Amino acid sequence: MTKVVLVDDHAMFRAGVRAELGSRVDIVGEAGTVAEAVAVIDRTKPDVVLLDVHMPDGGGLAVLQSMQGSDARVLALSVSDAAEDVIALIRAGACGYVTKTISSDELTAAVARVADGDVVFSPRLAGFVLDAFRDAPVAPAIDPEIDQLTPREREVLRLLARGYAYKEIASELFISIKTVETHASNVLRKLQLSNRHQLTRWAADRRML
Amino acid sequence: MHLRVSDGNHGRVTTAVAPPRRLYRRPDRGIAGGVATGIAEHVGVSVRTIRIGFIALAVAGGLGVALYGAYLIVVPPAPDAGPSRFPTWVEYVGAGIAAIAAVGVAASSLPQGGLFLPTLLACLGGALIWRQATEPERSRLRSLSRTSLTAASGQRLGRARLAAGAALVVAGAVLVLAKADFSAIRDGALAVTVTVIGLALITGPWWMRMATQLSAERAERIRSQERADIAAHLHDSVLQTLALIQRNAETPREVVRLARGQERELRTLLYGSRQASGQLAEHLRTMAGEVEDAYAIKVDVVCVGDAEVDADLAALVAAAREALVNAGKHAGVASVSLYAEVEPDEVSVFVKDRGVGFDPAQVADDRQGVRASIEARMARHGGSARLRSSAGEGTEVELRMPRKATK
Repeated sequence: MTKVVLVDDHAMFRAGVRAELGSRVDIVGEAGTVAEAVAVIDRTKPDVVLLDVHMPDGGGLAVLQSMQGSDARVLALSVSDAAEDVIALIRAGACGYVTKTISSDELTAAVARVADGDVVFSPRLAGFVLDAFRDAPVAPAIDPEIDQLTPREREVLRLLARGYAYKEIASELFISIKTVETHASNVLRKLQLSNRHQLTRWAADRRML
Repeated sequence: MHLRVSDGNHGRVTTAVAPPRRLYRRPDRGIAGGVATGIAEHVGVSVRTIRIGFIALAVAGGLGVALYGAYLIVVPPAPDAGPSRFPTWVEYVGAGIAAIAAVGVAASSLPQGGLFLPTLLACLGGALIWRQATEPERSRLRSLSRTSLTAASGQRLGRARLAAGAALVVAGAVLVLAKADFSAIRDGALAVTVTVIGLALITGPWWMRMATQLSAERAERIRSQERADIAAHLHDSVLQTLALIQRNAETPREVVRLARGQERELRTLLYGSRQASGQLAEHLRTMAGEVEDAYAIKVDVVCVGDAEVDADLAALVAAAREALVNAGKHAGVASVSLYAEVEPDEVSVFVKDRGVGFDPAQVADDRQGVRASIEARMARHGGSARLRSSAGEGTEVELRMPRKATK
């Protein structure tokens, strides 16, 4: 069974997630602070960390930054769906981002997908990425490989944003589910690696909104 | 600095009048600090008489100016007086000109003016600083001056400035003593300038720190104002909603609807309040919120890009609303996705649910919903609508509206 660590400063929320997921994944540890989280992840070596974004002492970002050497994959979980939170967590290395209003079935599926090495794109995250890579670059891309999306990746993202599941995307585009997953992973990697000026500016603009 | 209302303790030393009837300035009614007005009120003579008296004394040897200045410094403004009628800088410029003129006149007329007046001016300047300050500021000044004098080596700049100021003051005095050319206005003016620069250098750090502290205080006030706004909001809406949820605990649908509506409202407060109005994304979100409330479903809105809403886009929003309402009524699901993308030449909106679906071919022609309110509406504005559905697979409505004016 997938070993999961829950990191959230609200004990009540941890209890809720434990009650919902407890029978379907193996919850090996919980943490309420950044320091606890780092210790628990180090000790229990989980497959997946469910990480809250907003916590005292730096929040999820601090946890992500201090688990550089760990093999655990991180799924960010938050009440906030503000663009700056989403993008910051993904760029720090999270494999996906879901909001806390997600249903237990969807959350279980998301955990399983992250444990399998895939990424989790909520429609909202797909929308953010499309938005961030939308405009034609003002300056020529520094590294076109990671600074631009391919037309196919764009198509996949659009369908994700429209609420399609991977299976539905696969049948819509006549490709295999595996290919959809590859496209999604590539997009996430581009989002993490791209240091193009526009992406930072986009994030800054969003904060102004 | 504005002229502050001084508390009574500090005026007592300088006014010879018994406490019940004290001499006050009326800066809110007078012209230059309200000295004449205050005196006139105090002794019961018309203001004009007092003013003429001052002017006469000023013309005959300059005593009137000095007297007026002395009154201005030692007489506190009336406790009930408002701030001056003029902007603060006007008063300071006026006071500066008056001081220079007074010193010039006195330096030329008094035999020892060149030496006496700069010193007097320096003392009066210091007195003025203390006079204008209210008690908490005074104690702050005291502590500030202490830190300025006992500053650590890190604050070398402050010490250098202090030393330079003191040196200038001494230099001014020496200059006056050495060149004891008692009749020269030039020397007096020069000495005064040097003294004033010295004073400015000495007190400069204080004023700068005062200014920083004032702006810090202002920022703090704004913050607490914001906190109060949020507290008020929490009280008005969140607590109300929580109360309603408790009363509706038996009907999960109603609870979800209340919670969702409150969540939306809070999100707008936290993240969306500064968004420009009249934009497509905002219209879509508002519309989706209304549908959420009316049909107790959750609408996940994702918008890419944004555009000003014109008549065509308003029709697009209305058609999207109709599609959401259909999903809410017939699909039998808890959530619906709404995706909008603004491209340079067209705007597309997708409404997708995973509900029961239906066979579009079997819908009777006379049914209003899709035909009239979605397809016809889109066609009228030059757009198109496409509906994909099959029983058990959910429904997706695709709306496309070309953009006329592309920027």
